Amino acid sequence: MISYIIRRTFAAVILLLVVTAVTFGIFFLLPRLAGQSPDQLAAQYIGKNPSPEDIAAVKANLGLDKPVYEQYWEFIKGIVSGATYNLGPTTAKCDVPCFGYSFKQHIEVWPQLVDRLPVTASLAAGAAVLWLVAGVATGVISALRPGSFFDRSAMGVALAGVSLPMFFTGQLALLVFSYQLDIFGRTYVPFTENPSQWANTLILPWCSLALLYSAIYARLTRSGMLETMSEDFIRTARAKGLGERKVVLKHGLRAALTPIVTVFGMDIGLLLGGAVITESVFSLPGIGQYAVQAITDNDLPPILGVTLLAAFFVVFCNLVVDVLYATVDPRVRLS
Amino acid sequence: MTDLSKTGAALGEPTRTGGTPSAFLDVRDLKVHFPTDDGLVKSVDGLSFQLEKGKTLGIVGESGSGKSVTSLAIMGLHRLGNRGKNVQMSGEIWLDGKELVSASPDEVRRLRGREMAMIFQDPLSAMHPYYTIGNQIVEAYRVHHKVDKKTARRRAVELLDRVGIPEPNKRVDSYPHEFSGGMRQRAMIAMALVNNPELLIADEPTTALDVTVQAQILDLIRDLQKEFGSAVVIITHDLGVVAEIADDILVMYGGRCVERGPVDDIFYEPQHPYTWGLLGSMPRIDREQTDRLIPVKGQPPSLINVPSGCAFNPRCPYADVPKGGITRTERPELREVGSRHFTACHLSSEDRTRIWNEEIAPKL
Amino acid sequence: MAVVAAISSAGLLLAGCSKADDNGDNDGNKAAGANAATNSVVNASTAKGGTVNYAMSDVPDSFDPGNTYYAYMYNFSRLYARPLLTFKPAPGEKGNEVVPDLAESKGETTDGGKTWTYKIRKGVKYEDGTEVTSADVKYAVERSNFARDVLSLGPNYFAQFLDGGDKYKGPYKDKSEAGIASIETPDKYTITFKLKQSFTDFDYLVTAPQTAPVPRAKDTGVDYTKKIVSSGSYKFESYEEGKSVTLVRNPEWSADTDPLRKQYPDKIVVKLKVNQATIDKDLMAGTTTIDLAGRGVDTQTQAQVLNNADEKANTDNTYGGRLVYAALNTEVKPFDNVECRKAVQYAIDKVAVQTAQGGPVRGDIASTVLPPDVIGYQKFDSYASKGGKGDAAKAKEHLTACKQPSGFKTYISARSDRQQEVDAATAIIDSLKKVGINAEMKQYPSGKYFTDYAGVPAFAKKQGIGIMMMQWGADWPTGYGFLNQILNGKAISSSGNTNLSSFDNADVNKLLDEAIQNPDEAARNAAYAEVDKKTMDEAVIVPLTYFKVLLYRSPDATNVVSSAAWSGQYDALNLGTTKK
Repeated sequence: MISYIIRRTFAAVILLLVVTAVTFGIFFLLPRLAGQSPDQLAAQYIGKNPSPEDIAAVKANLGLDKPVYEQYWEFIKGIVSGATYNLGPTTAKCDVPCFGYSFKQHIEVWPQLVDRLPVTASLAAGAAVLWLVAGVATGVISALRPGSFFDRSAMGVALAGVSLPMFFTGQLALLVFSYQLDIFGRTYVPFTENPSQWANTLILPWCSLALLYSAIYARLTRSGMLETMSEDFIRTARAKGLGERKVVLKHGLRAALTPIVTVFGMDIGLLLGGAVITESVFSLPGIGQYAVQAITDNDLPPILGVTLLAAFFVVFCNLVVDVLYATVDPRVRLS
Repeated sequence: MTDLSKTGAALGEPTRTGGTPSAFLDVRDLKVHFPTDDGLVKSVDGLSFQLEKGKTLGIVGESGSGKSVTSLAIMGLHRLGNRGKNVQMSGEIWLDGKELVSASPDEVRRLRGREMAMIFQDPLSAMHPYYTIGNQIVEAYRVHHKVDKKTARRRAVELLDRVGIPEPNKRVDSYPHEFSGGMRQRAMIAMALVNNPELLIADEPTTALDVTVQAQILDLIRDLQKEFGSAVVIITHDLGVVAEIADDILVMYGGRCVERGPVDDIFYEPQHPYTWGLLGSMPRIDREQTDRLIPVKGQPPSLINVPSGCAFNPRCPYADVPKGGITRTERPELREVGSRHFTACHLSSEDRTRIWNEEIAPKL
Repeated sequence: MAVVAAISSAGLLLAGCSKADDNGDNDGNKAAGANAATNSVVNASTAKGGTVNYAMSDVPDSFDPGNTYYAYMYNFSRLYARPLLTFKPAPGEKGNEVVPDLAESKGETTDGGKTWTYKIRKGVKYEDGTEVTSADVKYAVERSNFARDVLSLGPNYFAQFLDGGDKYKGPYKDKSEAGIASIETPDKYTITFKLKQSFTDFDYLVTAPQTAPVPRAKDTGVDYTKKIVSSGSYKFESYEEGKSVTLVRNPEWSADTDPLRKQYPDKIVVKLKVNQATIDKDLMAGTTTIDLAGRGVDTQTQAQVLNNADEKANTDNTYGGRLVYAALNTEVKPFDNVECRKAVQYAIDKVAVQTAQGGPVRGDIASTVLPPDVIGYQKFDSYASKGGKGDAAKAKEHLTACKQPSGFKTYISARSDRQQEVDAATAIIDSLKKVGINAEMKQYPSGKYFTDYAGVPAFAKKQGIGIMMMQWGADWPTGYGFLNQILNGKAISSSGNTNLSSFDNADVNKLLDEAIQNPDEAARNAAYAEVDKKTMDEAVIVPLTYFKVLLYRSPDATNVVSSAAWSGQYDALNLGTTKK
């Protein structure tokens, strides 16, 4: 188990390196597609009507004149051993892990990420609890009575939930419950400051996000349960004389839960990397909003930071899922 | 070989009217039909038999002959789950004086596992992969006994020991996938026997196992039957499996019984062409492979459109022997052809004796 | 001037109406009337206290006075950074007057504008109590103009104009105490700038916050924006990057050394990244005093306030020192022929363009290159048509003279992310079609409009772009500041070009080059008017509208003036609030 985790961690580091390399590549090598040429990037840091001399000076200062691989190496080096940045008369020390220094905002990226993570985590955690409970419960009930009125209407709602975009449901929820009825707040407050207001602002985003995800999970649970409930071991459980509830929950759901755990791990990982649309709709100052800002600003260091963080969470959650898999399914042995 | 005179399985004419049964298990005109989009599937269509405690009945037939549905119907499992929602069932199943067809699902559930237990075909898929063997046996025990987990565990270890699992104290905490096929089936049997059931139904208990293990498992079932005194129903497609263990044999075809009788009669004086086919497909050590009688040709009948007349007529080599095409128009009734030996065939007894003696027996 | 006068009287008229409506209401807090702040000080008050709340939908490029290029920051930064000179806090064009701030008086030049000397007021103190010296001003100019690798957001005019400006490496690379030789500080209170050639607009140049003193020891370069050392009436209490800024009174500031600032409010708070609709709403509710960006209310709010007489009385519809125009590219055939250019001048229905842009509230119909709020403006119309709706008959005459009687085909460029510009281009296409000129639109993102597309003459020529949509405002409100970059042939550059017409006329070049060296202001302004007329004769620019903004003036705000010097924005120096 230990050696497995060590090996997986090693693989994860490699993967993260690849992800950052690809991000770098997209940003610099495909300027027409995704980012901009170093000249255009440098021009972002200059006022109106940038002159070629100014562009050259800024490029040199930001290291944009160096070959891409060298810039990449500098970035990786910064994470491991920190970096210093030229502020003019002095240099700024960027401590480990240094994810770069946004010249657009004159701040380090890492503290920004740390600052915003609790917001995104609050959003993800609350929504996850909601959608797990609602989605799995709906899926189980639907699976036990396929074709029933409940099943049909639940799956109809689920289809709508999957199809309706967040910026529609979210805006609608905001309009009705916040602007019109004035039940919920719109300014995020950290949990540590005021827990009730924290929850008050987050309820709408939680519900909107949970609606989307519980729809997916309901369908997932339903199909999983339908499959599991026709398994031989279910028949065995019934042959023992077990009540139907125990058969469904202890034997059926337990087996159907495995794929759900996998997807859940992925979803949480992705969400922690920034719930871009939800955060934008509800003006939550989380990782996603930061990413959007960085992309609009063409600010490479934050883009890289967010990408790396998001990739880290996905990889990390996958690792957790795999380890969890082994505890959920005894047939899986990690080696 | 079982002595005929000692046989306890009553194989009288099916009782169509009610009345308290004398036999321990009495199935009367059982019909199990599943409506589907394609039509009504008549899985079991008028089946009757009796079985006494301490005796073994082998139900033999191809897949789709209705033998498994019969066993599930007795257990009350056919009507659980999504497939069982619309099942149509009629007839009577009497178990130890209680009628199960008309009983409430909960009444049947309380009998299940305690009075009647079942061993399934593939123990790997039939056991829950995420729970330990011990856990699953304990669960089976505690459904019907109000005991603490420790007591139940002791009982599980005791049973595992009894079914011949080495180091049961240790193995009780193993998962199904950590067992060999034979061990798993032993564990399955232990799980079925944990509540001392009076009726044990084994559905193809050895199919998934290799030959040497098959024999061990059959021995185990026989030994346990002697010890516990239960009635045993063994369901199989392989006559060889039941040859040594069954007292009586019931051959099913297309949801109905085509022949039944004491085991020796079935093996030495089989009366139905389908039984002949089954005997022919039995592997035997004392026979050259080359001159084997070719087993029954063709496909099992559709249970939605059962062939008219004798359901076996499309595959029967002797369908044209009786005159007037009666085999294609009239369904043969089950008739007594010997002591407690019944068959449903239009062939005259002379023809049957002739064909058996001249064409079939020499090739077996 | 006449146009402004008309607007002003209309404003007075409106104000009169609203007063009549409000008869009997005597709380003294009456709306001053539409456009009141463009001709008078609205809610003049010397009351102290309260908090002035600024809000902005975006973030400024930087709060560092040496690293910014936006008029609103030039305006706002004076609260904590005093430039040598500044603009008078006065309504309308009166705000264009340059007055001494850190310096005792305007610049003195003895050689016709090549050497400029300023005397700094004695006793001006930073927030830490140390005295401001001429060396600090020199250092501020050095850091803001010569460290382009780190402080690159502002313009670098000083580097362009100062003698030896192309050699000096800036104070971060050249650590010597001496600094650039062409700025001399013979004593603590004197600073002399030596230019390559005479430049009579230099006083306007030193109004830039780049001349506000920065003590060398306290300069942290890029990070200085977080720890600005105030020389003004307010100092930073808190600075939250991208979120908010709070200024409080600077106790070291003294009215004795400052004739302009009054230090009325206790506190000034700037909230950043606030939704524009929220800003507008808060302005009307009084929770926000001023929109920092000063770009005006959004279209929804505009409809709301203009349809309500009471709310309209709180608005100022002012010029933004900008011209909206279509540049005709002399490099693309047939626009190399002046007759074809004149045909377009007549063909375009400017009313349709104005309507497409949002109506008169977004701009008055233009006939000159210089907008009315820029010094040197003279009213004339070389291509007059009835009601500004264009004259198809005259256009056809010129087309015939151009030997294109049945019209021709060309392209028109616009910035894809500026809907008003695209709409205006569409209106132009429609009017050109009526005289047989088929123009097809090419849209480019505004971020690259000058660096990659319209501003690259080779590109425009290759693509055959004959007409280019453009908006222009000057860095300082004089004819030279406005005209030189868009009309001087020497300003044509291969990328980032703003002389979109590639107009290279010897007379115009000469007029501009000589005017800036001419010490006689009246003669200079006459020259700018001549440049304007010549340009119109050459027909390389089709003036469309004089850009206007609709500002909402919070009824709680005091000492409100909309100054032409800040593109019509409210002067920040002495804004107060009645809210305590």
